[in-house]
Amino acid sequence: MEKIPRQKMPVQDAKERIKNFSSVALGYSEEQAVLEARRCIQCKKPACIGGCPVEVDIPGFIKKIAEKNFAEAIKILKNKNNLPAICGRVCPQETQCEIKCVLAKKGEPVAIGRLERFAADWEIEQSSEFRVQSSEKKLRTMNYELRTKIAVAGSGPAGLTCAADLAKIGYDVTIFESLHETGGVLMYGIPEFRLPKKTVKIEIDYIKSLGVNIKTNILVGKTKTVQELFDEGFKAIFVGTGAGLPQFLGIPGENLNRIYSANEFLTRANLMKAYKFPEYDTPIDIGKRVAVIGAGNVAMDAARVSLRLGADEVLIVYRRTEKEMPARLEEIENAKEEGVKLHLLTAPIRFIGDENNNVTGMECLKMELGEPDSSGRRRPVPIKNSEFKFDVDTVVMAIGQSPNPLLPKTIQGLQVGKHGNIITDEKTGATSIAGIFAGGDIATGASTIIEAMGAGKRASRAIDEYIKNLKI
Amino acid sequence: MFKIIEKSSHATGINRFVIEVPEIAKKVLPGQFTILRLHEKGERIPITVADSDKVKGTITLFVQEVGKTTIEMGKLKTGDTILDVVGPLGVLSHIENFGTVLCIAGGVGVAVMYPIAKALKEKGNKIISILGARSKNFIILENEIKKNSDEFFLTTDDGSYGQKGFVSNVLNDLLAIRHSPLANIVYAIGPVPMMRVISEITKQHNLKTIVSLNPIMVDGTGMCGACRVSVGGVTKFACVDGPDFDGHLVNWTELTSRLSVFKREEKESLDHYCKYLKTVRNS
Repeated sequence: MEKIPRQKMPVQDAKERIKNFSSVALGYSEEQAVLEARRCIQCKKPACIGGCPVEVDIPGFIKKIAEKNFAEAIKILKNKNNLPAICGRVCPQETQCEIKCVLAKKGEPVAIGRLERFAADWEIEQSSEFRVQSSEKKLRTMNYELRTKIAVAGSGPAGLTCAADLAKIGYDVTIFESLHETGGVLMYGIPEFRLPKKTVKIEIDYIKSLGVNIKTNILVGKTKTVQELFDEGFKAIFVGTGAGLPQFLGIPGENLNRIYSANEFLTRANLMKAYKFPEYDTPIDIGKRVAVIGAGNVAMDAARVSLRLGADEVLIVYRRTEKEMPARLEEIENAKEEGVKLHLLTAPIRFIGDENNNVTGMECLKMELGEPDSSGRRRPVPIKNSEFKFDVDTVVMAIGQSPNPLLPKTIQGLQVGKHGNIITDEKTGATSIAGIFAGGDIATGASTIIEAMGAGKRASRAIDEYIKNLKI
Repeated sequence: MFKIIEKSSHATGINRFVIEVPEIAKKVLPGQFTILRLHEKGERIPITVADSDKVKGTITLFVQEVGKTTIEMGKLKTGDTILDVVGPLGVLSHIENFGTVLCIAGGVGVAVMYPIAKALKEKGNKIISILGARSKNFIILENEIKKNSDEFFLTTDDGSYGQKGFVSNVLNDLLAIRHSPLANIVYAIGPVPMMRVISEITKQHNLKTIVSLNPIMVDGTGMCGACRVSVGGVTKFACVDGPDFDGHLVNWTELTSRLSVFKREEKESLDHYCKYLKTVRNS
């Protein structure tokens, strides 16, 4: 049999795409998907599944794509993954499932993520009466007597997954979201060109179709306390409130105008659609030369949004080298292709402003790499007397987010770690208080969408166990 | 969707809204605020709750027309709806029996002061109020504040009502003629320049002063950091650490400049809206 090469993802040309917010990756055609699916050798003991936090039957759905039975493929996917169109776009497959693919040993792994996206998008293109949804509805009515009320705080990937899995078992689940939109970081954090908000809304509609209630504009801890939720008859609560607290460097000048946290910058652009200002009311003020501090996925997103908002020059400022950059390789490549420049081994020590308090420049130190630190990456060490300045008129701080302390602070007796993270049993999401479970970034600190989904899934099982034990 | 039970115009460019939000009405305490969004394309704006009715499930907001969103909101009528209202947000004001409290409020800040003054009065404090407004037509809640005050002063910039001048003039007069200390604590709420001047005066007299800050916000839950203010050299988020802070420690210059960061865009947004209104009127 002739060897089929890994199918390339069609993309929007870099010169064109920096002028719009439309999707960069365009998705496989049917022919490409079938060809790619045929590359999977259907291992007897598939290692890929072990790399997937939500345990998708990867060879199973790929086999169905190879057979052109797309309806069956998406059914297999949705059996484990409630958000396949999202995961197919933003999961770091190269470090999760694809790294474990047998083909990766001698060449390129099967493009599992792209195939997942294909199957999910195929279903979205069909009529809105999804087959998967109607079968779940039947399941729900079957378990009607089980309808115990469960509350979920936060509608990001962890909360959505936990809620969907509990609803599939038959629980009466209500998600409380403080923002006006459902989806958490999927809506406010990840830009439209990587994850169209329409796609997010369709997957959330699927979760609603499972019977999950979603209440926006409710900030658990303020509008309703956890105790009040228990008093209202909720038997267990899952906390998935994410890593919402932006970190700053704590250096002089950080509160100058046009210095944004990545959270603010991306929330304005993504959730509030500032790129459509003044049609949309929320503005974003951006200059011509933007420095993004940090080199993770959030930094890449902020840099690429800056280009699309009209910046002439966008610099990633990072204290280590390209090798240590925590962003996905694909995102770094995309950013570079679009013209984002890397300013490596550089650490800001001070921001400089004009008489109107607008940022005009930054003073930095040159760094070199020393011994590896606790993260295993080589520690950046400042080079003496290497201070230098350069001009910037906009800065985005993308150096990480901490767990949002707002809700944990309101729960008496809840154990939290030194970074404000809720301490949980990793396998179950159980916290120090019976009936309160937690997962995702609020427990781990900033991580990935799929890790949060995995935590939501594990917690749903633990909550089911917990409720069953309550009844005995 | 949240229904406007009652809308009325109370002073020039200041509208009063009674909105049905039972969850917030049940929980809100003096000093706390809400964030609202009028419609699908709207921005999120923070507005402090002036009053609430637990039984009816309503909250009362006073909104001054200063930009696109507040002007647009001013066009809403009784029976109309607001798409999103979330709250109560922020830390409640510190209410206890201090002894004598000086409540100084200006402009629409009087609406923020009202529940605080009321709560302080209920705690048994002696309340000395100084209200200020640009002109007679800009005064709100005069009687409500008066009812909760043991002493009451009113100023207008143009002298059209009450004493001519600023609230700071009354404060200086009182400080000059009365025994020290004039009060055990001062609450000052109003436009930033007013709060700044009051804080500068009270600092010289060692009078502890609490101010309520309203910087630019987006989410209001501590997520974006747009509302960061420097207080005593430390960065605080007004939405979750405030809105009340020690006026003597606030970096007023920074706050003032951060409030003007979107000046150009605010004008553009308003112009865009005015153009839209014109086309609606003409068609």
